Amino acid sequence: MEASRQPGVEDQEHEAPIVVRGLQKAFGSQRVLNGVDLSARKGETVAVLGRSGTGKSVLLKLLIALEQPDAGSIRIRGQEITALERGELNRLRIRMGFLFQQGALYDSLTVGQNVEFPLRRHAKLSDAERRRKVQDLLSQVGMERDSGKMPSQISGGMQKRVGLARALALEPEILLLDEPTAGLDPITATEIGRLILELQEKRKITCIVVTHDIHGAKTFCDRMVFLEEGRVSLDGTFEELKKSRNSFLIEFLRDAA
Amino acid sequence: MSPSSYVTVRNGARGSWHPLKAVVIPFFEWFGELGLFCGRLARVAVTPPFEFGELIRQMDSIGSMSLPLVALAGAAIGVVLSLQTRDSLARFGAASMLLMVIIFTLIKESGPVITGLVMSGRVGAGIGAELGSMQVTEQIDAMEASAVDPYRYLVATRVLACVLMLPLLTLAADCAGILMGWVSQTLVEPISLRQFIASGLKDVMFSDFFPPTLKTTVFGLIIGVVACFQGMRTRGGTEGVGKAATSSVVLSSLFIILADVVLVRLILVLYP
Repeated sequence: MEASRQPGVEDQEHEAPIVVRGLQKAFGSQRVLNGVDLSARKGETVAVLGRSGTGKSVLLKLLIALEQPDAGSIRIRGQEITALERGELNRLRIRMGFLFQQGALYDSLTVGQNVEFPLRRHAKLSDAERRRKVQDLLSQVGMERDSGKMPSQISGGMQKRVGLARALALEPEILLLDEPTAGLDPITATEIGRLILELQEKRKITCIVVTHDIHGAKTFCDRMVFLEEGRVSLDGTFEELKKSRNSFLIEFLRDAA
Repeated sequence: MSPSSYVTVRNGARGSWHPLKAVVIPFFEWFGELGLFCGRLARVAVTPPFEFGELIRQMDSIGSMSLPLVALAGAAIGVVLSLQTRDSLARFGAASMLLMVIIFTLIKESGPVITGLVMSGRVGAGIGAELGSMQVTEQIDAMEASAVDPYRYLVATRVLACVLMLPLLTLAADCAGILMGWVSQTLVEPISLRQFIASGLKDVMFSDFFPPTLKTTVFGLIIGVVACFQGMRTRGGTEGVGKAATSSVVLSSLFIILADVVLVRLILVLYP
């Protein structure tokens, strides 16, 4: 019955998990984002490219409400996150995973405890199940032997892999990755790319990846957007971007190669 | 007044206002932010879920780990009081009051204030630097992204641990001070510990001991709130972490001394 239909429910089900419109953000007098439009369908992996300082990491932080936008709309799973209360926001964040550029591991906890941290708070698992889950997650990123080490005892690349395991702990529907392959050796970077592809195929995770690794992005991303002067200047597949006559992008692709 | 002189006066006024503005606005901003911080802290401190595990860990870190330092400071004060006061009292013909003066001074003022200042140095700097370093390395953002409120997990537990541990550490400082006061006294004029305590505590009343010890909960609140606030607002890498640690110690020590003035007056009004 039309009258009893909850407004927006159907729209929410069909809406892309991530829809960003006219997003603006400035820090003091420096305008970082100036009307960004971006969307990602369910199961799609979108790479965000751009020169350093163009606001790519800020965009990711805005998507999980770690920063507040000055203007614009961010809809995650149909919910306008700028209007959510803390409790509702946290319920939404449980369905999202975030990998920070430097890993951002809690340095007072071991590698295993870092991965266990979100599980301990949000997953109803027995101690044995939780331990098993932590080992599974660490083995997915090749860190199962380092569970008892402190973050200071492992390399930056290893910290990033543990950060990825932590981001995957609650089986998120949306994954936000800030430079997942930067600082990793080529073999590990390929393995991380393969893991992202696997997540995409098996669990239909929607993924936004900020990266400078254009070749990695080519293998595990469906679509690429290029940020330039605070806006998305190009949006398409790698082949489409390659054909672009945008001078910034041509230079970017040449330097990345 | 000609238009040109009017412009000169206006510019002159604006010129003198600018340096003042650079001091006044951040000053009020700091208090405004502190007010918002305290509001959020109060909200998470009284609503579930409570982080008991982290609270116990912090009580251990703040309490047990500070015990030797606080006891040593209390002991030193006990010895100094005994050495200094003996001559002064003898000069005024009140040497018989020595034991009472040592114990009264320790439990009423020296013990609580020394504990507060020592703890603001040890714990204030530690919390400021720890949270500051977590802030600049995005660990606090990571916690928020994991849907865990850092105010609940990090701030409320540390502030509460400071509030609960300060009176207990003050007791330790008092005991160490009394003990070392006795040692110092007995080296000059032998007296048994039992006699020393009995003579010293003879006229001590509930109001002499309980309110001064309890006032250290306010010192604990000051140390916890100031250190967590300075840590959480850290910006600018390792330099910012250093500033957060330093400002935590300086501001909490200053506020402890100011609060002591108010609390002593309040205790005198409540227990005349």
